[in-house]
Amino acid sequence: MKSLSEIETTSKRASRALGFSWGESEEVGKSIRLLELFGFSGIKNLNDYYQKKKKENFQKIKLINQSNDPGNLPYCPIILGINFLDQIKKIEILQKCFFKKIAYPILLLPFLSRCSEIVGRKIFFRFDQSKFLLNFNMNISSNDFQEEFPIKADDIEISFLENKDSFSEMDWKNLYKLSEDTFVKESESLKKGAAGAGLTDND
Amino acid sequence: MGYLVIIGIIFIRIFRMIVELRDPNIIMKLSRLGSFHQSKLSFLRSFLNEFKDWDYKRDKFELDENGFGVAVYSFKKKERVYSLICFANKIKDEERSDRVIATKWDAAFTLHDGVPLKKDIERLKKEVPKQEIGRLSYKELTLSRANKSIRVFDHVVERLSNGIQPDLNLLEKVGYLYRTTAVYGSGKFGLADRFRIKNREEINGPFRLEMMLVYLVRQFTFDQVNHVAEKRNPKSAVKLDLKICKNLGIGNSTGLGMAPFIVNHPTLLNNWILCRETALKKIREIKEVEIKDSNLFKECVRNSIKNITSWNTESEYQLIKIKDLLKDVRKFVNFIEKEFNFKKNYPFNEIYLWLEKETCEECIEYIVSIMMEPYNEIIQPLIKEMSSDEEKYFNIPSERTVEELRSILEKKYPNILVINFEKEANYKKFWFISKNKEEPRMADRFKEEGSELEQPLAIARDIKDLYTELLQSKKNLTIDKFLMENSHLRHVVRRAFIIEKFPYSEIQDNTISEKIIPIDMLRLKLSFFGALKFDPRSDKWLRICMFQGAPLPHELNNYDEQWVYKNHS
Repeated sequence: MKSLSEIETTSKRASRALGFSWGESEEVGKSIRLLELFGFSGIKNLNDYYQKKKKENFQKIKLINQSNDPGNLPYCPIILGINFLDQIKKIEILQKCFFKKIAYPILLLPFLSRCSEIVGRKIFFRFDQSKFLLNFNMNISSNDFQEEFPIKADDIEISFLENKDSFSEMDWKNLYKLSEDTFVKESESLKKGAAGAGLTDND
Repeated sequence: MGYLVIIGIIFIRIFRMIVELRDPNIIMKLSRLGSFHQSKLSFLRSFLNEFKDWDYKRDKFELDENGFGVAVYSFKKKERVYSLICFANKIKDEERSDRVIATKWDAAFTLHDGVPLKKDIERLKKEVPKQEIGRLSYKELTLSRANKSIRVFDHVVERLSNGIQPDLNLLEKVGYLYRTTAVYGSGKFGLADRFRIKNREEINGPFRLEMMLVYLVRQFTFDQVNHVAEKRNPKSAVKLDLKICKNLGIGNSTGLGMAPFIVNHPTLLNNWILCRETALKKIREIKEVEIKDSNLFKECVRNSIKNITSWNTESEYQLIKIKDLLKDVRKFVNFIEKEFNFKKNYPFNEIYLWLEKETCEECIEYIVSIMMEPYNEIIQPLIKEMSSDEEKYFNIPSERTVEELRSILEKKYPNILVINFEKEANYKKFWFISKNKEEPRMADRFKEEGSELEQPLAIARDIKDLYTELLQSKKNLTIDKFLMENSHLRHVVRRAFIIEKFPYSEIQDNTISEKIIPIDMLRLKLSFFGALKFDPRSDKWLRICMFQGAPLPHELNNYDEQWVYKNHS
């Protein structure tokens, strides 16, 4: 089994060899490490993408808008991921953004996961039928844990979710009421003596 | 509330002297970093302190009459066990090499997490002796190999088997029976990643498991030499005297492989240096020094002279440094014994100022290390601060502006920004990874091929490039937009935002200059390991000794903390 340290170093060096700058390659190393840590096929997809990239061109996005269409060539997921990271504070304001055609979209996943941690919001990521919920870079839930992810997605959505409870107020009240059974009802004597502070603050 | 704080600060300033941390622009120069010495903060000393109450055991010792076979040693506390598995092999003399290109070694080692099962040992027997081309698992924590100092090992076997102890003069010259040539950890070759073990309290300090491996290897070398001597002549053989054992350490040959580490781990480097600087600051701020503490300090300085006079090297470069160090330490001893009075206020501050004025860099850092000896209460809390959660500082704050970044560079890299990189001498060298051994190397870019594959270790040059680019950009441009057009500078943009928070994270020198002495980088790291007697064999590799004079495993629960300055020859 390869260690995450080996995965990061080799991904970084391979990225540099393919023409990414050292700083970009560092980002790729960290992201592929993360993808493998979360149980997705990072190395396989990166390798497939890089083999293809030797022969084909991909669109390098710069400024990210609400709707993004690369024209004929699909977006490079690495450049898109890095720019998404860099522009995250501005993109967050958009609430949602859409992309047409991204090559190896699973490679975008770790960049978005890091974005979720930076902005402190859950991010919903969908490409074609695959859906992912990115939880502050702590974990990722998905309806799709297949080995083979598509080499290109045509319809991509990324949304920033509001930080809100996943339960009803009634659920909370009921559970809270139950938790109160661990509290001690204070007698007059306990009220006077069990807390640290004094009863008056006139000093 | 605010005025109370202000009054408090005024009170402190009136009644207590505040010493500033030393300037990173001076301390982080390579010549200064290359003058660092071991101290109480060093990892091998903090390892001994942490594991002093663990149960040590030799679990297995199955060597043949020539000392070849398998041995297992362990440290255990409650449910936690760390086991060193040693494989001693027969190799031909011509196969023995300290260089990383070697493929066979006298012995190979791995530190296993837990008690190894028979099948673990069988698996590791096939992999560990192969080192870099073997595969380890997440159950293994560190990996190493070592070669015998043949003249010392054979001499000791010969003498012991004839019932006499070895020639101490010979042992003094070398200082060890074996020397390691690499110690790997943190996920290399399939070893456990650091994240798997980082929350264990006992390894809350850098390189602690690497230190454990080296310490247990030292014990293996004594057991092996005794075993071979006894098998050679069972009737008359004697064991190596424990006092002699104690005065032997483990040698280490270190090349350029270590140098990029300190560039590639800026927050970790910062934490090491910051702890040293904080310790010095706090010691200088002690108003009244107790007699027992000043006596301990003076005793350590006096005893340490023996470490200098027994420091053997053939390196002209190091010989000059040792000569200057010895001269200045003697001058210092004379000063504290004849002229200096520890009863005055802030004595260590005065000593420090005297050192700055009167002695060389090597001596300043040497005495700074010894100043820490009396002050466990200052040093122990700092040891816990020497690791770093590097991931936390990886993201670039891309919403910041060009103006802010420019200001960081001007404040944090003033000496770097004045280097003229148009001059060939200032960018003569380049760092690369050897295809043959996947190890870092350095070469002359005007004589050798390969500079197009240069590693990102020319930080000074790249910072200067970044600054030039920033000067041509709009001040209010945000970094995300700056990076769209300047992605080639992304690695140094990241570093600049790191140094803003971590003042000692960067070497303030030119690592590709014609004048660079790479062993300064190695020595910095080795001093934090706790190495003694640096012996440069060229400007690119050196030999050192570790654990010389350290307590033996059976002495760990009650040992003299100042062992570094005592006993060993």
